[in-house]
Amino acid sequence: MIPRHDWEAESLRAVGLTADYDEPVDLVDYRFADVPAADPSRREVLKTLGAGLMIAVAADALNAQEPARGRSPQRGRRGGGGGGGATTVAARVHIGEDGGLTVMTGKVECGQGARAEISQAAAEELRVPIDRITLVMADTGLVPDDGGTYGSRSTPSTIPAVRAGCASARALLVGLAAERWGVAPSSIDVQDGCARDEKGDRKLAYADLAADAEAAKALERGVSREVALASVASWRTMGVSVPRPNGRDIVAGSHEYPSDVVRPGMLYGKVLRAPSFGATLESIDLAPAEAMGGVVAVRDGQFVGVAAASTSRAEKALDAIAATARWSTAPHPSSAELADYLRTHADGGIPANPFADEVARAAKSLKCSYDVAYVQHVPMEPRAAVAEWEEGRVTAWVGTQVPFGVRGELARAFGLPEDRARVITPDFGGGFGGKHSGEHAIEAARLAKEAGQPVRVVWTRAEEFTWAQFRPAAAIEAEASLDDRGKINTWRFLNINSGASSVRPPYRVGRVDARYVRSAAPLRHGSYRALASTANTFARESFMDELAELAGADPLAFRLDHLDDPRLRAVLTEAATRFDWPNRTKSKEPGKGVGLACGTDKGGFVAACAAVSVDRDAGTIRVDHVCQAFECGKIVNPANLLNQVTGAIVMGLGPALREAMEFSDGVIRNASFGEYRVPRFADLPTLDVHLLDRPDLASAGAGECPIIAVAPAIANAVHRACGLRIRRMPIRLPNAKEEA
Amino acid sequence: MGVDVAIRFNLNGRPQTATTDPERSLLEVLREDLGLVGTKYGCGEGQCGACSVLLEGKRVFACRLPASRAEGKSVVTIEGIANGDSLSPVQQAFLDEGAFQCGFCTAGMIVAATALLDEKPKPTDAQIIAGMNRNICRCCSYPGIVRAVRRAAGRKEG
Repeated sequence: MIPRHDWEAESLRAVGLTADYDEPVDLVDYRFADVPAADPSRREVLKTLGAGLMIAVAADALNAQEPARGRSPQRGRRGGGGGGGATTVAARVHIGEDGGLTVMTGKVECGQGARAEISQAAAEELRVPIDRITLVMADTGLVPDDGGTYGSRSTPSTIPAVRAGCASARALLVGLAAERWGVAPSSIDVQDGCARDEKGDRKLAYADLAADAEAAKALERGVSREVALASVASWRTMGVSVPRPNGRDIVAGSHEYPSDVVRPGMLYGKVLRAPSFGATLESIDLAPAEAMGGVVAVRDGQFVGVAAASTSRAEKALDAIAATARWSTAPHPSSAELADYLRTHADGGIPANPFADEVARAAKSLKCSYDVAYVQHVPMEPRAAVAEWEEGRVTAWVGTQVPFGVRGELARAFGLPEDRARVITPDFGGGFGGKHSGEHAIEAARLAKEAGQPVRVVWTRAEEFTWAQFRPAAAIEAEASLDDRGKINTWRFLNINSGASSVRPPYRVGRVDARYVRSAAPLRHGSYRALASTANTFARESFMDELAELAGADPLAFRLDHLDDPRLRAVLTEAATRFDWPNRTKSKEPGKGVGLACGTDKGGFVAACAAVSVDRDAGTIRVDHVCQAFECGKIVNPANLLNQVTGAIVMGLGPALREAMEFSDGVIRNASFGEYRVPRFADLPTLDVHLLDRPDLASAGAGECPIIAVAPAIANAVHRACGLRIRRMPIRLPNAKEEA
Repeated sequence: MGVDVAIRFNLNGRPQTATTDPERSLLEVLREDLGLVGTKYGCGEGQCGACSVLLEGKRVFACRLPASRAEGKSVVTIEGIANGDSLSPVQQAFLDEGAFQCGFCTAGMIVAATALLDEKPKPTDAQIIAGMNRNICRCCSYPGIVRAVRRAAGRKEG
């Protein structure tokens, strides 16, 4: 049997990811007084669900955790990365004596379709109709830690883990049937949840397995990797368009999001925010809030919050004490000076191009700088948490992509062993890489502790715009040389501040120096859908077009000339053909242009062609048409994939054309939907999405990669339409007006 | 803090009294006092439409509407859109089209689409886009939502 971590690494490797992949996030380091140091070695078994196999589950969920000792607060979280997963079959699937099949995963559902796809994986391997599966997600008291929901990992990492767990359960059913009937396991088939012998005379159901004490014990054994998984050709439930299992609750308005959770006696909390980034609270008078009656007010270090019987009452109480607060402020750079600021503060300075000599000798060369703004994720549901204390334990219902990480944050903030904090993450309203932390859970828990009652904290939209982590801004330096045949022979590409994803070119470009250089980030930053891949792909694909022009080549032909990867070639050719690239580049209609771009990220391959209308006088860019081809191996759920790809393209129009955080003196100046324009219905271009299914290849995730090509395709189309090369994202004409 | 008053209105077809500070938003009263959490807070500025409800059959943004404005009027929330256990045609169309990802905007989208179709039973695509444009979906399921509204209007593919 291959140890779990090895086969997880193996399945990740199949799509080009590493097992130790993790994503950055700046955690909010609340420091409360009188918090004893946690003893991470102390463990208790949570008897959350009473008798039966669930106890083993809970114990396993705890054992799966690595204590985080000696880590800095920035990095000191667990539940990120790959997580420990389920070490036993029982930790993955609970079989009730009534035959009920409950499958458990630490992944969350926030719109990306994990609930459907993980249910499909379980149904496929248990060989039951999908409606027999009850999927329990993201309750740290019940489920194994499958790692944070990010990095497009649910498909390549969690789906294989769930399949292995469920296939192991199926193998136990087969084994029990074989033993009872005295036949070879190979003669037994499992269909519709029952093991059957060759003639179909005898049947044994999962309920029989659960009822057999000896057999049920076997569920506590390790997940077997020896067990055969269903081959793609035999898939019944995977590979088809299964709708979201709780879709009816969504349209009925009855699904309970984190911000909808109500607990007995619950109060509504509000937290005092600093007037500017870096400001420190010097003094505050809580008396005006306390005088209101029915209001709980607390100051603990830099944390100040109130809780009351309604949100508006809590807001009034907060306003009353905020008026008494005295702050010391700190200088903070503005968004206007950001491009210079990031370069000036590049760690160790901006290194010289190691190929300077080749560049000097080259037939042709080009050097360009690109800038990418800070943006916010602005999920529809702002950060929300409800916290409740009982006998020194805290339970929190939290909208987060990293429930086990948030459990660690709670434990650390309150000096608890981790088994005294439980995080439950109901399906929540959007993440996009922006909900990697749990400060809102800590806020609710601190207030609940003070109040002695449960407290709900829901951030306002302005708080979400200002205090949530941002997608990092980037400053990018690109330089390349061409030989006398117009082929790239040196390539240097630096991403300053935003990260290393897709920093290396997918092209054959001779000698390469491509890397990420840290800088002094002025804003709290973390992940975002595809993270730095969007910035790096924007710059690289813009630069490729500029190099093509320098070489006197068509952008498509120039790329294909430098491209070996057959999968990237396939999507690029597909998008260009479907878009009718050769004919559409011949059009000379004024103000109209087409552009293309391609790239790869987290095991996915994408190419986009865009058509735009540019009005130089009005300062507007309109995207008329996007044709995108995408491939991520074998498709698990075509309808869900189409949703993800389409959504990524349209979401990508925002940072491509308009979205940018504006800040000065430590204050976000456009912290509202009125001032920060996200894509709306009226922005919809004609969309043409082509999904390439590759049953011969491992399935990769698709939540991120499909967002990376749209912006550079637009930048290239704008250049063709009006001759302006815009090396900034958002791509805006010099005379663009603010439009809200 | 204002003095609490009794606000009487019709909520999802039934008489309802809410005794509250009349300046609180209808959204907050629905969610926190009356237990109807299907209507969502998305921005508090009337920009995203997640808080949409029907007031006298017209779509309003409950986050910006003082609760007192409901006095004597009819209010329908997402919980009152369905006919008992059977989904309304708009809800069914959203479900059939899978016109959501995270679903947090969906209640507001369905309320907005219900109001739109009440006014224009056979909208063109341009009318759908104009009628829905005050609602934001950050997952950007807009194409699916347009299809769902078409389907609810009994239109075939666009």
